[in-house]
Amino acid sequence: MAAILDAKGLNKSFGAVTAASDINAAIEQDSVVGLIGTNGAGKTTFINMITGYLKPDRGRIHYEGRDITDLAPRDITRIGICRSFQIPQLYSSLTAYENMLMGLGVVMRNAGVGGFFSRGRPNVPGHGRPAEEVADAILERFGLVEYRDKNAQVLPGGVRKLLDIALTMAAKPKILLLDEPTSGVSAEEKFVIMEMIMKAVRAEGATVLFVEHDMEVVSRFAQRVLAFYDGRIIADGSPDTVLSDREVKRFVVGGELHRLDEKQGAANA
Amino acid sequence: MTSDRTPRILGAILVVLLAAGPFVPQWAIFLITIALAKGLVVLGLLILLRCGLVSFGQALYYCIGAYTAGMLGRLFEVDGVLTLMLAGMVVAAVTAYVLGFLLARYRGIFFGLLSLAVSMILYGLLVKSETLGSSDGFNVLPSTLFGIRPADEWVRYAVLVVASVVAFVAALLVHRYLKTPLGSLAPAIKDNEIRVEYMGASARYAIHVNYVIAAALAGLGGGLAATTVGHIDPEMAYWTTSGEFIFITILAGTGSVIAPFLGALIFGIIQTVAFDISPNTWQMVLGGALLAVIVFLPTGLWSLFRRRRAT
Amino acid sequence: MQELVAVVIDGIIYSAWLFIAAVGLTLIYGVMKIINVTHGSFYALGAYAAASITGALLAHGMPPMLSYAVLLGSALLVAIVVGPLIERGILRFMYVKDEVVILLITYALFLILEDVIKLIWGVDPYYISEPYGLLGSFDVADLTYPTYNLILVGVAIVCGAGLAWTLTKTRTGKLLVAVIHDTEVSRAMGINVDRFYVVTFTFGSLLAAIGGAFTAPTVSVVPGLGVEVIVLSFAVVVIGGLGSLPGAALGAVIVGLVRSATIHYLPQAELFVIYFVMAMVLAFRPRGLFSIAEARKI
Repeated sequence: MAAILDAKGLNKSFGAVTAASDINAAIEQDSVVGLIGTNGAGKTTFINMITGYLKPDRGRIHYEGRDITDLAPRDITRIGICRSFQIPQLYSSLTAYENMLMGLGVVMRNAGVGGFFSRGRPNVPGHGRPAEEVADAILERFGLVEYRDKNAQVLPGGVRKLLDIALTMAAKPKILLLDEPTSGVSAEEKFVIMEMIMKAVRAEGATVLFVEHDMEVVSRFAQRVLAFYDGRIIADGSPDTVLSDREVKRFVVGGELHRLDEKQGAANA
Repeated sequence: MTSDRTPRILGAILVVLLAAGPFVPQWAIFLITIALAKGLVVLGLLILLRCGLVSFGQALYYCIGAYTAGMLGRLFEVDGVLTLMLAGMVVAAVTAYVLGFLLARYRGIFFGLLSLAVSMILYGLLVKSETLGSSDGFNVLPSTLFGIRPADEWVRYAVLVVASVVAFVAALLVHRYLKTPLGSLAPAIKDNEIRVEYMGASARYAIHVNYVIAAALAGLGGGLAATTVGHIDPEMAYWTTSGEFIFITILAGTGSVIAPFLGALIFGIIQTVAFDISPNTWQMVLGGALLAVIVFLPTGLWSLFRRRRAT
Repeated sequence: MQELVAVVIDGIIYSAWLFIAAVGLTLIYGVMKIINVTHGSFYALGAYAAASITGALLAHGMPPMLSYAVLLGSALLVAIVVGPLIERGILRFMYVKDEVVILLITYALFLILEDVIKLIWGVDPYYISEPYGLLGSFDVADLTYPTYNLILVGVAIVCGAGLAWTLTKTRTGKLLVAVIHDTEVSRAMGINVDRFYVVTFTFGSLLAAIGGAFTAPTVSVVPGLGVEVIVLSFAVVVIGGLGSLPGAALGAVIVGLVRSATIHYLPQAELFVIYFVMAMVLAFRPRGLFSIAEARKI
């Protein structure tokens, strides 16, 4: 099967700190990939390099056969690689609905629709409907209808996360990178939220990479897992194989065990 | 969803101006025309302020517009008022296009300071250029409209007609532009540039375009001011002139394209009335007004209208 | 050769003046992150107070030699009366606002103070030439300079050295550096940040007032005196780096020498050159020649 995204030999260091060391990963189309690893293991650096926020010191990244290593974030976004953030990046002075319109507006502009001389309400490319309708549809899919007219600033943390991800849907991403989509959300809610995200995203037919610390969430939703440790990928394969790998158990899951315990405790109670 | 009333309000204002013009005293026509000229500059600053940028050097383009109009008359005896204004607009826009490559990279206080420096460069050049009258400037040729020079008592009214129509068209175009995806990006840039980039848009490009539009409007306003006043001098590029434009922008608020013209008119009235009553305290009145608006009406006088409409 | 000497001496004198006029601006920005347009008002207030008080005392038979102390005293009076009034009365309520908005607030205050000056002193010019002529003149390479200019240079050196000493050697200075570094942490550590703000603002304004007071004997004191000083001190401070003390000194020397050289060799470019340097510095080193790289905050 052809890889939609292919990272080869990525290296990145900040001074004496190695954030990525010989990262190789070929991501297949329509797959759902979980990225695991302790904080500082290189997961976010990996995402930052793919989305153009950081340039790797060495190595190349190919997307649909095209070298995207040197593209700016906006150009990478335009060709279909979108991301969400650990700390949601929203327009805090605008409402959830206006946030969506802003995202859709950019999509329209990039496609040359809705410009100065256009008449009426043109459809958003890829969505086949005017921006106002698409905005409401996406908000509904992410369960955000009740927050539609609230300022992003005053939304609860979990809702901000969802809106951050909903914003990426404006561009109809082919690859979606989710940086800790369920962080700051209670253990019980994690599954509900991931379920909702996955349903919404899979409906669009996007390839998904997500960073997650909860191994139950990972094994439930990921088809494939990349385990990061110290800037390297130490294991790569199906959730069962990776999560039972001796090194992964020692370096990655070990660090997350307490989370599992908490979860168990909650389930037993 | 409410329908867009701005074009109709603008149209109504235009009709009132044209109809009432002949019955208004000459000094009032002059006051309104100058307000329209300054309003054009402020309209440009409104676009920039929506992006979160405050230019402390917009007088640069106002002055460029005015001097372009003045020089065309002086060197080539061009006197068509529309030609002069459009020429001022084009020269200002081209200058801004070039400078924009640099300025679009700056934000916050540094954008303000660099635009200030550039405007002061022009001031420094003009104030020492003897052929252009140094700090005294020079008189601008009386202008004509489509080759006709109206009778003396109708000159001011004729200029008002031109100014009103030009301002009306400019306001309509800007109003429409602000609704396009590129124009509506401004608050997003002000709010969160990272998100703008990760939606696939270039904040720098959008700012560059907005900067050129703002300069074009300032050039247009400068050309209009030159033909209205009949005299130009380097003070038009000085920082106090830029300060005045920012003053009006803050006073008016960024809520509507009508606000800049209204703000400029109120400014003109305060200035004239306060100056007449007490020439030594009019700046104090202005300063107090600015302070009050910043503290009590952070979104400008326009928010008063909005609030009333909402209730 | 003689012209070169003249360029250097004129440049030094002008640099000294610029430094006194601008250093308070960089101090206030460094501590409070305010680009303070009222700086020009304090300059003008200092000049007016100095001219009127010195003039009145001389008319009442004060020994002329005392006038230098009176110049200083007038500046002190202005700063102590007006500085805390503006900082405590208005600015302290505005610190939550954006840097650019605070700049606009100081611009509003500048407009108000312009008229306050006219209300107090009227619109007619004031002259006090006694302190300027009193000390005679000195010769360098066949060029004659009023000795008064040496006082300007002396005041500049005392201001600069005094500030540097206060910031690096005294306890107050070290605490101030802590406030500059992180206001919130300083507050949490029990430092009285409010007091530092009012003292800094007053002291920064005092420097501007001293600039005005010691310029008063060399010019006619007229309305609008502070207007040009504002933009000149912006240039000086921006060139050196906002908030940097050595930067302000460097900026003053650069602007001073460049201007003096252009006045001698290419007088048409006198003003142009100052703002050209300012623009170039902003273009290539936006945080000034003496700036420290700012940490990324993403």
